[in-house]
Amino acid sequence: MSLRRRSVPYWLLAPGLLWLVVFFVVPMYFMGELALRSGSLTSGYTFDWAWSNFPDSLSGHTEQIGRSFLYAGTATVLALLIAYPLAYAIAFRAGRYKLLLLFAVIAPFFTTYLIRTIAWKTILSDSSPVVGVLQSLSLIPPDGRVLATSGSVIAGLTYNFLPFMILPLYANLERLDLRLIEAAKDLYSSSSQAFLRVTLPLTMPGIVAGVLLTFIPAFGDYVNAQILGGTQQAMIGNVIQSLYLNQRDYPEAAALSFLMMGLILAIVMIYIRFAGTGAFMGDEEEAGA
Amino acid sequence: MAARRAWEWLRRNALPIYAGLAVAYMLIPIVVIAIFSFGATPKGKLTFGLDDGFTTEYWRTAFSRPDLNEALFTSLRLAALATVLSTAIGTLMAIALVRHRFRGRGLTNLLIVIPMATPEVVIGASLLSMFIYYSFALGFTSLLIAHVMFSISFVVVVVRSRLIGFDRHLEEAAADLGATPLATFRTVTLPLLAPGILAAALLAFSLSIDDFVISNFNSGTTVTFPLYVYGVSLRGIPVQVNVLATMLFVLIAVAVSLVLWQQRRAERMASVRPEPETAPVPPPAVAAA
Repeated sequence: MSLRRRSVPYWLLAPGLLWLVVFFVVPMYFMGELALRSGSLTSGYTFDWAWSNFPDSLSGHTEQIGRSFLYAGTATVLALLIAYPLAYAIAFRAGRYKLLLLFAVIAPFFTTYLIRTIAWKTILSDSSPVVGVLQSLSLIPPDGRVLATSGSVIAGLTYNFLPFMILPLYANLERLDLRLIEAAKDLYSSSSQAFLRVTLPLTMPGIVAGVLLTFIPAFGDYVNAQILGGTQQAMIGNVIQSLYLNQRDYPEAAALSFLMMGLILAIVMIYIRFAGTGAFMGDEEEAGA
Repeated sequence: MAARRAWEWLRRNALPIYAGLAVAYMLIPIVVIAIFSFGATPKGKLTFGLDDGFTTEYWRTAFSRPDLNEALFTSLRLAALATVLSTAIGTLMAIALVRHRFRGRGLTNLLIVIPMATPEVVIGASLLSMFIYYSFALGFTSLLIAHVMFSISFVVVVVRSRLIGFDRHLEEAAADLGATPLATFRTVTLPLLAPGILAAALLAFSLSIDDFVISNFNSGTTVTFPLYVYGVSLRGIPVQVNVLATMLFVLIAVAVSLVLWQQRRAERMASVRPEPETAPVPPPAVAAA
């Protein structure tokens, strides 16, 4: 490159860094500041180092926090179970349909997330044939519902974040050296042994990346719980949303949101410590876009 | 005998069959939305089943609802502006990251990755916290700020992956043939980079037009397409929403296909060699940060 001046990269980065610092990093500070205020909506909230907001916000919503872990965790496991064979099939068995299948995997992103979720609400509604089939198979009681249960929220989360699981898995599998599996077979390992001792360990980075990329947005999500769940399915995101926008209890909402950010940041930093930022920015995006 | 052969066939093709089913599952809501856009339903409300058979009435009256039109127009304007800004800003960042070595690279990578790993609810809440602190009037501007912010990282990732697979020899050849750095950039670098930039722009556009969670926090009284859908979802959604969602899906799907096609063509023409080995390894500074 003939542009060797040392300041060049900084000029190129300046607008982006400025935007991200001012509108991503700095707002985190103000959220922290808001979390340390006390008062009421009518009298106004004043800053007085109200540290108690943090434990209070947690103890007041243990139920929803527990649900967030449970729902997001279950959805992540389900997504992994659905995605792994699919990613494997796309990487090794799709032939000339590979691009078409990848296209189908990202196709849900072409419709609005909200409308997709509302479509599931209709599909799972009480009068729908899907529920009728489940009832006649006795998988749910004759008067049983699917909508407004934990199951419907988990199903929605699984569906909506599935592509985030498939793409990193696919990117990882795609790079897998098939000769290693052949070598394992030459050395008399069965198909399942070869999978467990060669394929699975080698695709662990993809699994970890997929699990993170699915769990994190699912954990913070409130759209699925709001549309597909009932009153008993609220997650932590629903609490934050309603405290901020309806009750306007800003300090408690900010405290809760700040703690969530802390948790996610801790998970991501541990991950980056071992895998680097590459997995988030790397080749899996090439596969998707 | 026949049963056994069928079983054998099933066993051998289990994976492709599974892949087909999984992809079908991913496309269910999209198909449902498209079918509903033709379905005359009682009182124009979204209920299950095509009670009165197929009708093209809602396609003919797709733009007959002023409130919906206005929301869609706001979304399109917002997405267009956010796309132009975030694509320009993100492309410059990607160039700096791939083409230059500089102090603070690790920190920059981190600043790009963290927003992608942050739950939307936290991004929305923290921005709102800052806007509340400064009593900033929420509306189109605050939405634009937010949309550019969350799109930048994704643009960087897409353009970056394109730059990494870039054959630098082509630029060297241009320089050897006497092209000035600017001429090289204009006639060699930019045309080869164009599909990547286009893909990034497309991603930014679909992220913006799809966003509900972050917009819900920072919209004030401005109504975007997803916010409109959310607003009417409790009372019953006009069928025209399904029509517009289907139109948007087709539009984005066609655009994505064109970009993919263009990208493959460009790759074949320039024989761009994607060499993951040459990807810059994140410096240890990332781990330390």
